[in-house]
Amino acid sequence: MQVSMNINGEPVTADIEARKLLVHFIREDAGLRGTHWGCDTSNCGTCTVWVDGEAVKSCTVLAAQADGHEVRTVEGLEGADGLDPVQQGFIECHGLQCGFCTPGMLMTARWFLDRNPSPTKDEIREAISGQICRCTGYKNIVDAIHWAAEHPRTNEVTA
Amino acid sequence: MQTPAPTDYVRATSVSHAISLLEEHGEESRILAGGHSLLPMMKLRIARPEMLIDINELDELRGIRVDGDELVLGAMVTHREVLESPVLFEHYAIFRECEKVIADPLVRNRGTVGGSMCQADPSEDLSAVGSALRGSVVIQGASGTRTVPLREFHEGPYETQVEPAEIMTEVRFPIRPGAGSAYEKVERRVGDWPVCSAGVYVVVSDGLVTDCGIGLTAVSAEHFCAPAAEAFLIGKAPTEDNLRSAAQLAADAADPSSDQRGPADYKKHLANELTYRALVRAAAASQGA
Ligand SMILES: Cc1cc2nc3c(=O)[nH]c(=O)nc-3n(C[C@H](O)[C@H](O)[C@H](O)COP(=O)(O)OP(=O)(O)OC[C@H]3O[C@@H](n4cnc5c(N)ncnc54)[C@H](O)[C@@H]3O)c2cc1C
Ligand code: FES
Ligand code: FES
Repeated sequence: MQVSMNINGEPVTADIEARKLLVHFIREDAGLRGTHWGCDTSNCGTCTVWVDGEAVKSCTVLAAQADGHEVRTVEGLEGADGLDPVQQGFIECHGLQCGFCTPGMLMTARWFLDRNPSPTKDEIREAISGQICRCTGYKNIVDAIHWAAEHPRTNEVTA
Repeated sequence: MQTPAPTDYVRATSVSHAISLLEEHGEESRILAGGHSLLPMMKLRIARPEMLIDINELDELRGIRVDGDELVLGAMVTHREVLESPVLFEHYAIFRECEKVIADPLVRNRGTVGGSMCQADPSEDLSAVGSALRGSVVIQGASGTRTVPLREFHEGPYETQVEPAEIMTEVRFPIRPGAGSAYEKVERRVGDWPVCSAGVYVVVSDGLVTDCGIGLTAVSAEHFCAPAAEAFLIGKAPTEDNLRSAAQLAADAADPSSDQRGPADYKKHLANELTYRALVRAAAASQGA
């Protein structure tokens, strides 16, 4: 079947099998490898992208379901003014080691901060409870998102 | 890499369109709601539907509203919408308390009330809430709609009264002025399915329990409820002794088995203790504490 969606503002159209998962459409058909694919079981969250401004695990959505919708991936996070504050926060606070979980963490973090601009650290932990990081022990990730909360973004928001 | 078996996909444009698609494609077709139970099962090839009928674009299945003395949730209301709904919270704290511990924020963005009820996993958290509150579901087929009490809805694990060519359109809950409610869950780690959960509501009037409901999940309580415990409490004062006795009766309604989430006797202990804790908080809330 043919599906078309906007990814980071760019139209992408491809002929695919209906069973194709959105994460594989993004990586293979759109050629955007920033979105990672990890556990395959809806648990690790590294595949997180936004569909119509909503953060979702793209390994648990069919590409066909995103037909006609707006998708945003980690490649679309950087704005005209440079890195998004969550990206900068991960640099400032050493929020990654191997970086495998990072794209999902960034997409969830931005989605969360757009709804809760001044969160507590506990709220940040809750927000990333659908993500797994095997390296950092989470502390620096929480600090990085907290850093981003203190540096509001100037770019467009998710919704 | 886990990939679903080949399947076809079609988007329904209305509830009646979805029903006619189900009739046209027969038993090998399935409704696709949030997809957060169905797609994982398809990836494991436990489910191999040949046609997926996507109902995500059906606005008629969305929204939370008050209709007379009932709360009405459309089948496509997401877990997050339940969690954040002021009107649900105003009437029953149990909705917020339960949703906060279902999965994680990303799963909650996508998973739906209708999907949870129709999936009917023996550990489904919302099933305990639905049974505790004595909710009902509205089911629509080609010949019209019918309403089924949630305490008669489940026919077994993963089996409900929804027939192959029917769709659930809404879930309804009676409003009970003065009710207090609470949800208690133990899981192995954040975001996991319950080892055991208990959800209750209690109405205390002039110092006596006049109405209550007790729901349990993951411990094989028939229809996710504990009627003997409820009957025991009616007309009694919500004292520690009485709530302890009711919790014991609730645990008697549980018939858990040992599995990777824990041994059976531990789950029975949880059914008892979690029911007790939920009853204490719900009774206090009903008395304005
Ligand atoms: C990582 C993870 C953790 C989770 N943790 C929990 C947890 O802690 N507690 C918990 O309770 N749940 C948990 N869940 C399940 C989650 O709540 C699902 O969202 C829910 O079980 C199914 O909802 P859905 O909308 O995704 O349904 P779908 O997967 O789309 O559908 C499920 C089934 O119901 C049928 N169906 C759906 N809607 C209708 C309808 N309107 N009419 C007729 N049939 C319909 C489908 O055909 C399918 O058979 C978890 C899920 C994941 C992925
Ligand atoms: S790959 Fe999607 S949640 Fe792990
Ligand atoms: S930085 Fe390696 S998994 Fe998170």
